[in-house]
Amino acid sequence: MTAGPAMATAGPVAAPGRPVRAWTAAYDIRLALPLGAFFLVFFLAPLALLLLVSFYADPGMTRFGLDQYARFLLDPFSLRVLGATLWLGVEVTALTLLLGLPLALLLTWAPGRLRGLLTLIVLLPLLTSVVVRTFAWIVILGRQGIVNAALLGLGLTDTPLKLLYTEGGLVLALAQVQMPLMVLPLVTALSRIDPNLADASAALGAGAWRTFLRVTLPLCLPGIVAGCLLTFAAAITAFITQSLIGGGQMLFMPMYLYQQASSLNNWPFAAAIAIVFLVAVLACVTLLNLVGRLSRGYAQA
Amino acid sequence: MRTSLRRDFDWFSFHGTVLLLAGLCLVLLAAPTVIVVVVSFTNGFSLRFPPPGYSLRWYAALAEAEQLQAAAWNSLVVAGWATLLSVVLGTAAALAIARSRRLSARLLDSLFLSPLVLPALAFGLAALMLFSLAGIPVSPLTLILGHTVVCVPFVVRTTVAALSQMDPVLLESSTSLGASRLYTFRRVTLPLIRPGILAGGFIAFMASFDNVPVSLFLRDAATDMLPIRMWQDLEGRLDVTVAAASSLLILVTVVLAVVMERAAGLSRRMAG
Repeated sequence: MTAGPAMATAGPVAAPGRPVRAWTAAYDIRLALPLGAFFLVFFLAPLALLLLVSFYADPGMTRFGLDQYARFLLDPFSLRVLGATLWLGVEVTALTLLLGLPLALLLTWAPGRLRGLLTLIVLLPLLTSVVVRTFAWIVILGRQGIVNAALLGLGLTDTPLKLLYTEGGLVLALAQVQMPLMVLPLVTALSRIDPNLADASAALGAGAWRTFLRVTLPLCLPGIVAGCLLTFAAAITAFITQSLIGGGQMLFMPMYLYQQASSLNNWPFAAAIAIVFLVAVLACVTLLNLVGRLSRGYAQA
Repeated sequence: MRTSLRRDFDWFSFHGTVLLLAGLCLVLLAAPTVIVVVVSFTNGFSLRFPPPGYSLRWYAALAEAEQLQAAAWNSLVVAGWATLLSVVLGTAAALAIARSRRLSARLLDSLFLSPLVLPALAFGLAALMLFSLAGIPVSPLTLILGHTVVCVPFVVRTTVAALSQMDPVLLESSTSLGASRLYTFRRVTLPLIRPGILAGGFIAFMASFDNVPVSLFLRDAATDMLPIRMWQDLEGRLDVTVAAASSLLILVTVVLAVVMERAAGLSRRMAG
């Protein structure tokens, strides 16, 4: 490890007169070199190559051209896949926010012991294998699954409903899989709010709903944005859940990319799909980040 | 009187709504896990819930499922190496960029965290292109390198957070008492950020163990990975052995999570 000596000799030793400044940049920036080099070779270089390959005009990769992008952007089918993927992300994010915010509120109200238990329940999906979590939904939504058993038992339906391989089922499963990504930032944001503010609002005569809408909600906007960002990005790239719960009829960007790359061996088109997807994700993330920055200013004002 | 009634209604309707939705959310979060565990003890051949009867037969079947065992071993080895690399590279990088307002540090911070938001499948394809261009055949080594890229952000994030929460006064006093920088690092900084590194390493390990998108592109035909094996088993036929394997994974994860929560305050650090 090269880190040791670099650290020992780096920078001036804090003199009594100006210690704080010396310590704000406590360690040598060169300590980032190993990971920087690693990322250059194994992260940035592959992405640059991906970009390059996407500009090949033919699957044989003999000449350059914008053909792959034209093929994607002029093809209604491809555009529908992109649209469906982004819309799926919006639906999942909306559902996780609707259910996650109340749970985050409950977590901040709960006393110590209960809070620990609730936190464990929130963390559980994040730590459980994605395949396992998705598998559970197959058991729940399948023809012999619990939902159908309950509906049949209650006489609400005569034949088992098709729940698996539907968009509703997929949104529900993804909401469970990504819920922790929404709840954890919300809890952080909510616990930073000064409880005196809610008390003051109540003392001034505002009811619980009004206090929530006018005080709590605006103050935890940065947490909401952070949660939405993580959930959205995770939901649209959740390859396993999309393919197992969505089934063959619903095609989303990750599976589209994988099919082109592995079964059809069309690397340039797969690369173009990947680049379009990357740009779409980055655009959404940047947009949400911008909203987040604005809301943070608002929350502090 | 009427205003007080309205206030009561307001209070109850708000707290009732929150409780109802939070309760729904808790059921949504916990039910799938509970159901998988219950189903894994079935004595039947299907994933029917509730099971017709209970037995340990699928756990016994697990002991003979050699494919699953081999895949689990491969996943463990790759996750172990990827975690080791992530912790070493990530901690050094976090020391360099935390608490620094320099532009280069901010840029590196964004770079090191960017694999978290980029679709891993796109990165997997890109890495495969690089390795095939360089004439390196896919192998457990390429898997480890690819996994490290997507796992290192977790270590960087938690370690940077731990470093920025550290009180600089502690470092000042250590130095003013005559300690060398290396000694200060070993005896003051490292113990203070150890929970952060530990939590990051744990999350990195779980992320690698569970990774499918990168593994799909970077593994060779001989290297079967557990999540891919289970995924393919599930796409083919719904085998109860997968439920038993899943329950074992859940058990191990819960135990590890509780240990990590005690040792490193995992939940606080995951909130980022």
